[in-house]
Amino acid sequence: MSTQQKRSRPRFGPLATSPGPVPDLDVDALLDDRGTGIIVCCGSGGVGKTTTSAALALRAAERGRKVVVLTIDPARRLAQSMGIERLDNTPRPVDGLRTNAKGNRQGGGLDAMMLDMKRTFDEVVESQATPEKAKQILENPFYIALSSSFAGTQEYMAMEKLGQIHADAQADGSYDLIVVDTPPSRSALDFLDAPERLSSFLDGRFIRLLLAPAKGPARMMSAGFGLITGALNKVLGAQVLRDMQTFVAAFDTLFGGFRQRAQKTFELLQADGTAFLVVAAPEPDALREAAYFVERLGEDRMPLAGLIVNRASPIPQGTLSADEAMAASARLRKREPGSLTAGLLRLHADQTRMVEREALLRERFAAAHPEVPTAVVPALAGDVHDLAGLRRIGQLLAGA
Amino acid sequence: MAAPTSDADWSRVRLHVVTGKGGTGKSTVAASLALGLASQGQQVLLCEVEGRQGIARMFDVDPLPYAERRIATGLRHNGTPPGVVHALHIDPESALLEYLSMYYKLGRAGRALDRFGVIEFATTIAPGVRDVLLTGKVFEAVRRNSRNKGAISYDAVVLDAPPTGRITRFLNVNDELAGLAKVGPIRSQADTVMTLFRSPRTVVHLVTVLEEMPVQETADGIAELTRAGLPVGAVIVNLVRPRDISPADLEAARDGTLDASRVATDLEEAGVDVADGLVDGLLAEAHDHAERRALEDAQRAVVAQLGRPTYELPRLAGGVDLGGLYELAADLKKQGLA
Repeated sequence: MSTQQKRSRPRFGPLATSPGPVPDLDVDALLDDRGTGIIVCCGSGGVGKTTTSAALALRAAERGRKVVVLTIDPARRLAQSMGIERLDNTPRPVDGLRTNAKGNRQGGGLDAMMLDMKRTFDEVVESQATPEKAKQILENPFYIALSSSFAGTQEYMAMEKLGQIHADAQADGSYDLIVVDTPPSRSALDFLDAPERLSSFLDGRFIRLLLAPAKGPARMMSAGFGLITGALNKVLGAQVLRDMQTFVAAFDTLFGGFRQRAQKTFELLQADGTAFLVVAAPEPDALREAAYFVERLGEDRMPLAGLIVNRASPIPQGTLSADEAMAASARLRKREPGSLTAGLLRLHADQTRMVEREALLRERFAAAHPEVPTAVVPALAGDVHDLAGLRRIGQLLAGA
Repeated sequence: MAAPTSDADWSRVRLHVVTGKGGTGKSTVAASLALGLASQGQQVLLCEVEGRQGIARMFDVDPLPYAERRIATGLRHNGTPPGVVHALHIDPESALLEYLSMYYKLGRAGRALDRFGVIEFATTIAPGVRDVLLTGKVFEAVRRNSRNKGAISYDAVVLDAPPTGRITRFLNVNDELAGLAKVGPIRSQADTVMTLFRSPRTVVHLVTVLEEMPVQETADGIAELTRAGLPVGAVIVNLVRPRDISPADLEAARDGTLDASRVATDLEEAGVDVADGLVDGLLAEAHDHAERRALEDAQRAVVAQLGRPTYELPRLAGGVDLGGLYELAADLKKQGLA
């Protein structure tokens, strides 16, 4: 880069630095480090977050950690094999861990839990309000809709549950490592912003407006409010506004508590004992989302441990290029349409092209984020739905 | 490739909703379907509602505003002039403001709504309202009315919809609002939207890949949609591996009994330098491929039992660019979906 160019903010684009070798993510070191208390797996949908979380948890447990894994929506058979097909919001012990004789270090254990978002929300309400008030809230149509479908509720509740389990584990020493799977968000924003969004919702001017008439009649009946209620009645109907006011008024006393909890969870995520792993597939969209995650985690000072690229195409042997293979395949096919060798060459060409494309995508990511340690997990031929499969993924994650 | 064919007739459909589990390529399929329909001469609108600007990236154009933009032309087919694909990025804030200005003369109150954070509240927090706004705009595009002056009339609208896990809730705006708004204009808006969604002019296509979880999720999605009275369309199997190795050879590849010397001879005759390890490498790749193919075939059988018209799209080794979209569009057209 020439010196005559001055920027207020240094930029490290792909042209400024040649991408050196990407540091390897040492998964075992991370799992064995007693300082690691929380591992959060995040990434876009369909990249294998749930399987990765479960595999990491199992590997940590078999290496001697006392682990609990919070999953959001595991595949049915995987959930069954871990004994958590019931959605009861309580960690359940996982059977079938390797015993000491087979290499399990002393004292490891694994519990698993599937998150029930509505139940978690209800529990928070019940723990924060008097029984009558809780009942009033739980029956309000606005609460019912909010607790089951507000975009971000699931994300927020995953964090809430994490906070609860962490506090319990600190108190009674039940776990020394919590692995969290995050919900398949519309975007990265949902997961990181949910606590903030809930807080700002609670602080919003509109909420305060709604609260005002319920509290002190007519005091806040400004011209603005009259206009708004008029407009809302017109669009939503009067009954909606009434329900909303009842809900907000009933919820009012809980707001402070919620805000505090959201803040505490946020601090917990920023703490040293937390490690974020960004999971991606070697696809443009998934890696773009991963890059976004990495940047956001940095901005929010959340500790990033590394990137896991799942389902990488296996690298073909030999040096035959894709173009050569395709050309040879075409020649063979001209002579014998059903030629096996032609088919093999076409497979080889496809495979080579995919590996090249994936390598290019990873290089681009590394050029923009050269400091992020990376583990590449080759695609397995089959689906994972038992502990043996999870163990295999764990080995691949650790590069073992 | 022996593509599965179907004699299902989609020509009366005005709204194609495309959903699928994350990672199955639903946006790619939605875009290809839009291009395929345009290749029949139809005027098509491709909508996205998740704020990802995926359409802009696929078609390599600037990020889309809340306005219908011309993004591509279909392929010329048998001399028929091709139709045009327009694209629209629907965000709930703009949809709400447009809705208010189209249906209500709110004037000062409208501005007050924005100032007091009501627009933000309604679109990000109020449950269900966001979906009513998004689906409401899609509805408006399908059934253009006189209030939207000068708007283009489309023959078909393709919606790149939320993923399978959320699709029923997203489309079932009625239920979502139940208990919240029992009467009032927003309720009647939701009712009208539902009438279209439940009519034969709408279909929901599900995109899957031949792996266990996505296929399972597709089956669950179909059951959920059916329970909600929403019309299920086709199952589109995406990212299908090449199928040009015979079943007998696949079996031999799995068992490790492929004839290495025959492959070596073929390679030499084709002028390939048979270096060390090449034949072994090819056979190892064949073994992996055969294993995956067996799993794919098992899932293909499961898909067949779903009882829906099924279409298959190949995995493009080089990834999907604009050329790839046209290739997939031609494929869908050949198979009869578009």
